[in-house]
Amino acid sequence: MKKSLFHISLLAALVIAPTAQAADITLLNVSYDPTRELYQDYNTAFAKYWKAKTGDTVSIKASHGGSGKQARAIIDGLDADVATLALAYDVDQLYEKGRLIPKDWQKRLGHNSAPYTSTIVFLVRKGNPKKIKDWDDVVKPGVSVITPNPKTSGGARWNYLAAWAYALKKNNNDETKAKEFVGKLFKNVPVLDTGARGATTTFVERGIGDVLLAWENEAFLAQKELGPDKFEIIVPSLSILAEPTVTVVDKVVDKRKTRAVATAYLEYLYSEEGQEIAAQNYYRPILDSVAKKYEKSFPKVSLVKIDEVFGGWQKAQKTHFADGGTFDEIYQK
Amino acid sequence: MSGISTTQFSKYNAKIAKNRATSEPAWVRWTLIAAALLYLSLFLFMPLAAVFTEALRKGVDTYISALVDADALSAMKLTFIAALIAVPLNLVFGVAAAWAIAKFEFKGKSILITLIDLPFAVSPVIAGLIYVLIFGLQGWFGQWLSDHDLKVIFAIPGIVLATIFVTFPFVARELIPLMQAQGKDEEEAALVLGASGWQILWRVTLPNIKWGLLYGVILTNARAMGEFGAVSVVSGHIRGLTNTMPLHVEILYNEYNYAAAFAAASVLALLALVTLVLKSIVEWYAARSARAIEQN
Repeated sequence: MKKSLFHISLLAALVIAPTAQAADITLLNVSYDPTRELYQDYNTAFAKYWKAKTGDTVSIKASHGGSGKQARAIIDGLDADVATLALAYDVDQLYEKGRLIPKDWQKRLGHNSAPYTSTIVFLVRKGNPKKIKDWDDVVKPGVSVITPNPKTSGGARWNYLAAWAYALKKNNNDETKAKEFVGKLFKNVPVLDTGARGATTTFVERGIGDVLLAWENEAFLAQKELGPDKFEIIVPSLSILAEPTVTVVDKVVDKRKTRAVATAYLEYLYSEEGQEIAAQNYYRPILDSVAKKYEKSFPKVSLVKIDEVFGGWQKAQKTHFADGGTFDEIYQK
Repeated sequence: MSGISTTQFSKYNAKIAKNRATSEPAWVRWTLIAAALLYLSLFLFMPLAAVFTEALRKGVDTYISALVDADALSAMKLTFIAALIAVPLNLVFGVAAAWAIAKFEFKGKSILITLIDLPFAVSPVIAGLIYVLIFGLQGWFGQWLSDHDLKVIFAIPGIVLATIFVTFPFVARELIPLMQAQGKDEEEAALVLGASGWQILWRVTLPNIKWGLLYGVILTNARAMGEFGAVSVVSGHIRGLTNTMPLHVEILYNEYNYAAAFAAASVLALLALVTLVLKSIVEWYAARSARAIEQN
């Protein structure tokens, strides 16, 4: 009797897993760490828009974590209808390792499937006690730097590449000097969190470190949540144009029959309202009208592009972050 | 006469005092007690108090609304489901394993004991990854499960499996020494008197181990509800769907939502306190029934 009960409960647990009902649609958006607040706002807006347009009720579930880790979870079977990750390479993995999306996924949506952009800035403690003004100050001995692990976090890879790009420019494209520079930077890193949000928490809550290399949106948010009287944002002379990318996960939406709504979900990010929400959550909008409206919110930085300096994500990943790549050499020293 | 005996008595008394274990000077004794108390308050009482102060910092209303939040309720529900399945399964397995190990001799016994201990030795993260490797889309059964529309990891079954794995040894480990100490005389006597196998189990074996068993169940339950590492790997962290209480706490904390994070944490802490009280009651009963047996 007891035994049959176990069987029933196990069976029930197996069956409970996702089966969508007629007009009630659920979507799962698997995203990277700092987008929680953005998508909380956006999901409400999209649900309203979709209800008005089709009459269907759509509720969007969210999962957040380090971008590389989230890609891994989707490959391992996390049923993401849409993936909104920190960088194109992590989305590429969905094709490379899982064949879940087509190879040319990035051409399916405008602006290389990056509906908003961001960049890397410094967050320092009030009064900037270590006088950090630019990348040169970050690598000085005795400055403690917080950044997450480039192996698991997208933001960390942008941090790393931004520092590298700065060093290249300063040393007339001398790769050896750039490696030395980034090596010095990582000597100053006491702890590598797996995701950007973990690193922010380490810096602002646990009080470790003198400077946090952070997504611009993450730095603004930390300042807003925890009080502008506690932290200052420092904009370096040069940084990188970070383009978080989004895609529909074909294998999942075909199985769950959610392609139409999942595609609309991503396309709406490019609309006036979607862009407004992005800008309000400190992501740089790409739509000109909205970009103009929020011009003053975002500091002017000279931004390099990954395609120009590093020859695209595939190449950058291979050289720097793959096993035995430059990051491994630097960090093991 | 009486004077002499008094002297003798005080001499005798002095001798006892000299040989007593607690003859250290007062300052040594007090330093040790103070150190122990300081250690306890630093590492146990203070964090516990901190959880409740932080949880209630923004007032009782915030505290309650954090607990009746839909995502929090679903996390609690999932935690209870996992425990409700894992605990009975491990109870049955634990009794069976302990019974086999303590009452019988067979080949491969030491291997079985080692296997039971495996979840203690393996890091919970590895435990989670094992299930990803077996049931994940790229894993052994991934394609088959996907073709049949079954989900194991990133869904409730995966969380239940991970919980079962990490709580596997508690009941068996609690019972094996107890049953070994009791020996098999009573079972043999019952057998000679004509009892059937089930009768021996229900009338002899189980009554003898009931307190140890209860203790093991309490420990299993506490661990099942508090497990983080293994569950984190197989959960997928979908809010309102595959988050257990410990995962929910982490998510809220990472969202700068400290009051809500600590409110959820306080529920876990309360569960722990209830567990401790239950554990003490069980221990008290166990000691009493042991004394009763001795007196007979």
